[in-house]
Amino acid sequence: MTATYRIIVCDGTTCINSGARRLTALLKEHLDKHDLTETVTIGLSGCLGMCDKGPIMVVNPGYTIYGGLSEADIPKIVEEHLIKGQPIARLAIQEDHLYNRFFRVFGDDKFFGHQMRITLRNCGIIDPESIDDYLSLRGYEALAKAITDMTPEQVVAEVESSGLRGRGGAGFSTGTKWKFTAAQEATPKYVICNADEGDPGAFMDRSAIEGDPHTIVEGMAIAGYAVGADKGIVYIRAEYPLAIRRITKAIEDARAHGLLGDNVLGSDFSFDIEIRLGAGAFVCGEETALIHSIEGARGMPRPRPPYPSVRGLFGQPTLINNVETWANIPVIILDGANWFKTVGTETSKGTKVFALAGKVVNTGLIEVPMGTTLREIIYDIGGGIPQGKTFKAVQTGGPSGGCLPEEYLDTPIDYDSLAKAGSIMGSGGMIVIDEDSCMVDIAKFFLEFTQNESCGKCTPCREGTKRMLEILTRITEGKGQNGDIEKLERLGHMIIKSSLCGLGQSAPNPVLSTIKNFRVEYEEHITEGKCRARACSNLLTYEIIDTCVGCGACRKVCPVAAISGSPKKEHVIDQEKCVKCGMCFNTCKFDAIAKV
Amino acid sequence: MDNNKITITINDRDYQVVAGQTIMQAADQCGYHIPRLCYHPKLSIEGACRVCIVQVEGAKNHVASCACPVADGMKIHTNTKELRQARRDIVELLLDNHPEDCHTCERDGNCELQRLAYSMGIRHRHFTGERKHYEKDLSGASVIRDPDKCILCGRCVRMCSEIQGVHCLTQAHRGFNTVVMPAYNLPFAETVCSGCGQCINVCPTASFVEKNHTQELFETLSDKSLVKVAQFAPSVRAAIGEAFGLAAGRNMEGELIAAMRKMGFDYVFDTQFAADLTIMEEGSEFLERIQSGGPLPLITSCSSAWMKYMEQFYPDLIDNISTAKSPMSMASALFKTYWAEKMDIAPKKILSVAAMCCTAKKYEAARPELDVNGMRATDIVVTTREMAWMIKSAGIDFVNIEPEKPDTPLGLSSGAGAIFGVTGGVMEAAVRTAYELYTGETLVDIEMAAIRGFQGIKEATVTIDGKDLRLVVAHGLGNAHQVMEMVREDPSRFHFVEIMGCPGGCIGGGGQPYATANSIPLDEEALRLRAQALYDLDRGKTIRRSHDNPDIQRLYKEFLGRPLSEKAHELLHTHYEAHLPKGIVSPNLKVV
Repeated sequence: MTATYRIIVCDGTTCINSGARRLTALLKEHLDKHDLTETVTIGLSGCLGMCDKGPIMVVNPGYTIYGGLSEADIPKIVEEHLIKGQPIARLAIQEDHLYNRFFRVFGDDKFFGHQMRITLRNCGIIDPESIDDYLSLRGYEALAKAITDMTPEQVVAEVESSGLRGRGGAGFSTGTKWKFTAAQEATPKYVICNADEGDPGAFMDRSAIEGDPHTIVEGMAIAGYAVGADKGIVYIRAEYPLAIRRITKAIEDARAHGLLGDNVLGSDFSFDIEIRLGAGAFVCGEETALIHSIEGARGMPRPRPPYPSVRGLFGQPTLINNVETWANIPVIILDGANWFKTVGTETSKGTKVFALAGKVVNTGLIEVPMGTTLREIIYDIGGGIPQGKTFKAVQTGGPSGGCLPEEYLDTPIDYDSLAKAGSIMGSGGMIVIDEDSCMVDIAKFFLEFTQNESCGKCTPCREGTKRMLEILTRITEGKGQNGDIEKLERLGHMIIKSSLCGLGQSAPNPVLSTIKNFRVEYEEHITEGKCRARACSNLLTYEIIDTCVGCGACRKVCPVAAISGSPKKEHVIDQEKCVKCGMCFNTCKFDAIAKV
Repeated sequence: MDNNKITITINDRDYQVVAGQTIMQAADQCGYHIPRLCYHPKLSIEGACRVCIVQVEGAKNHVASCACPVADGMKIHTNTKELRQARRDIVELLLDNHPEDCHTCERDGNCELQRLAYSMGIRHRHFTGERKHYEKDLSGASVIRDPDKCILCGRCVRMCSEIQGVHCLTQAHRGFNTVVMPAYNLPFAETVCSGCGQCINVCPTASFVEKNHTQELFETLSDKSLVKVAQFAPSVRAAIGEAFGLAAGRNMEGELIAAMRKMGFDYVFDTQFAADLTIMEEGSEFLERIQSGGPLPLITSCSSAWMKYMEQFYPDLIDNISTAKSPMSMASALFKTYWAEKMDIAPKKILSVAAMCCTAKKYEAARPELDVNGMRATDIVVTTREMAWMIKSAGIDFVNIEPEKPDTPLGLSSGAGAIFGVTGGVMEAAVRTAYELYTGETLVDIEMAAIRGFQGIKEATVTIDGKDLRLVVAHGLGNAHQVMEMVREDPSRFHFVEIMGCPGGCIGGGGQPYATANSIPLDEEALRLRAQALYDLDRGKTIRRSHDNPDIQRLYKEFLGRPLSEKAHELLHTHYEAHLPKGIVSPNLKVV
């Protein structure tokens, strides 16, 4: 029987010019001649980026890239590679690790040059709704390798040896979790994918699932084999309809291909996955709350121990990992822990995906090796601060991360360095803040989110964050009192140390880190009634300065008729009436309105 | 050395403790009482209040001692400066979101939050701010809910679901807006609440209290046109002393009768008499069903919370429920018929009051099918707590009062009537009588050890006339649920089922005195002592079988004829109806 192949021909401009379409037609003729049209399919892709080596053709499975092809090469490829299964080394472009594929595809400009794509390796390359695409890029090879060549113990050992740590935020050793779950005798066991991404502005997990859902399915199936679970659950927030559709399709397709279900790949191992939708509670990203939610109970965390690996879903041993963690698994199994360990720092191996946002030129989804510095991300990948503004701080780790000022820009990104600097890795939010933002206001913004999303179970988080928010609010309104900073610190430390779950244990971080690094801004608000960023509306006045030409635009937009003045004469704002809405400021074309 | 023992250090002192327990349990045994709030030994670990935090060397954060197991070599600190401040601040945060109305609060002087705040040394506030406000739910016949006073310890939620299996309460909303409420925030009156009042028992504050009838009762007691008749349940006498600082388990029967007379009651009868009557009716009903072949098992019906629970969740078993009214309702029915006739008092002039260990009895008293000749049989029900408060309020020296005897003929009772108040008691009392009614022989060994004690479900077999009858006793609605599932699965498994809605039976009722500073709600030892008081009462009586009670015999002779007579059916029996719970439809529920 002839093997099945899928050939991707680069359909980019350069390859077309160098004869790719002619070669494609020729390839079809030869396939006809050898009666291979049933088993070999041809697909097109966008520019693969290696334009100097065109025309380019990729043969999968195996990911053999043929470059610089001529008409004479086509019959050879058909006869040698497609019929005999012998790739032609002479025509192939060098092969190396999985992750490099992405960069061969997208070239090496500044945005991608500092990145390294392990978990996002297929995103943007494959059709996420096509299992054939995934299969063609060595998809499910890791699962096959685990089931056929490795014992469950070896799989666990490989993951443990890789040094992979949980990408959900806390950074617990993934291998240790696997080992604990595998060691439990109770059955059934469960494997859960935590896709309840809830950080405001974060879209790492959504993109990963939307771009490459099979990786998650494969990672979970490998774990099922390794820890002895026969059931997996993807807990995904209902606000991600496209991701839900793709992962659902991926599961169905995998099932249809014998990659899920009874006797996976003809082995004794059976494993299936179902989807559970979250209803939008941030706290359900906490593993015990997530488990309660699946069980049909209110999504509230419970004290650990017992950890889910011992007593999890329905009281059974449960392995729960984040989307990004799962996406690393097939790579670790295929390329090996020894290779994986070469990426990253001493204590944090591999890469990390970040959603880069805020006051930075290039915003978007990036994946960098652990150890990359904040400066490299913000200035090299992110392209620096727009409009020539000054960098003020970077906030990492989502709403419960800390704000780091300029002196921390050379901090290498890994779990421990970020913690030492006073922030957290978190699940990968990264927000750049420039001089226009008030740090008290920023702290208030984040705390408002966590305070809203507190599940309400434990006292420090439920009551304490509310009081902190009240204090922050009055500081930004110019009603701060002496001792407020100390109260924030006292409550903040107590909440971190005494709360039940990770939400409360990290909620005060933005406040404490801004007090630590920007204390003077707090003091200015309280003692001088001044907001240096001019962001706190209660603490600023709008005044018309002498560049005013008397056009009257401000007078017309003012909702409370606080502006008066004759045409072509300098206007005046009645401060008694002004509600500080800022509409005059936004309307003035002559920079004649100043925030004072 | 005991393999099971490990060494831990608490506050720099070494202790050998048994492995597998929590830090809190180990510390308790080593003489350190770590402050606590949401913890309750009978409920699952919530870990919510964070008052019981300790420091464990090597741990990044404070550890909730209620939840964390001890480990060999663990070094624990329970009283450092940092902990004292953290705990103090945590309790202050609770106070900051709690009404400052201690002086006018139902639980003033008996509030766990108040005690905790005092022991934390909170003398001024740092963090005052916005406070939550919700409407009180006054709709329930038994239980009042005041979310403003709730500190979200979750004990009521766990009690209602884990022990009682009612699942009426849950936390709703998030963060600062979190509030404990029934599903869909339905008024209590429309929910599955059984009225058992166990939420009141475990609430550390006054977020749950009974519907208070003390003022209404004081008013009517001063109405000279009425004849005021009281009855009191077996368990009231076994527990009311605790409200006056006496140790648990003191039988205060005589003192209670005397106090009630001093308060203005004209006649004080004993519900234990009606308990004897219940045995006559229910025992006869049982024998009739045994002889006529069913429907079996016969399931007891004297617990009002259980009746509501059954009508909602087990309407398919209504035919199995004894039609005998509860002792309270039997007594009240007789006050306004037999006794009124005998005393030549117009029934409308009779005020029938019941002092009960139960909050659900308030709901039962209002059930229209229990009316007698168009009148409410029981006009007012007050709980043990309310009665204790009224005695204090009326300025009666309860502890030193000269004990008195109940009025007759509805006051004399057998020992069987007394043990009604403890789980297993109804069954035991019924067997004493049924055995004799059936065989004509006297049962010699009348104390049934197998159905005594606080095990949740107790089974026993008794042989009557060569026939093995399988009995089962359950207390607490959660256990009742389990037994009902057994019955559904195999109706022939049991012949007779006794259900009490509250843990321990009526002695653990939702209307019993609050735990004091040195005890915990539903403390097993206190329950045991209350039970012992009733067993002692039984043992101290010459008459220990209901059918031997001469006043019972006289009642049948003069008025009712015989058990299950037409008259008895009219006054002493009732019927039940399925109530489909709003919003909750059990898959097992047969829509009738």
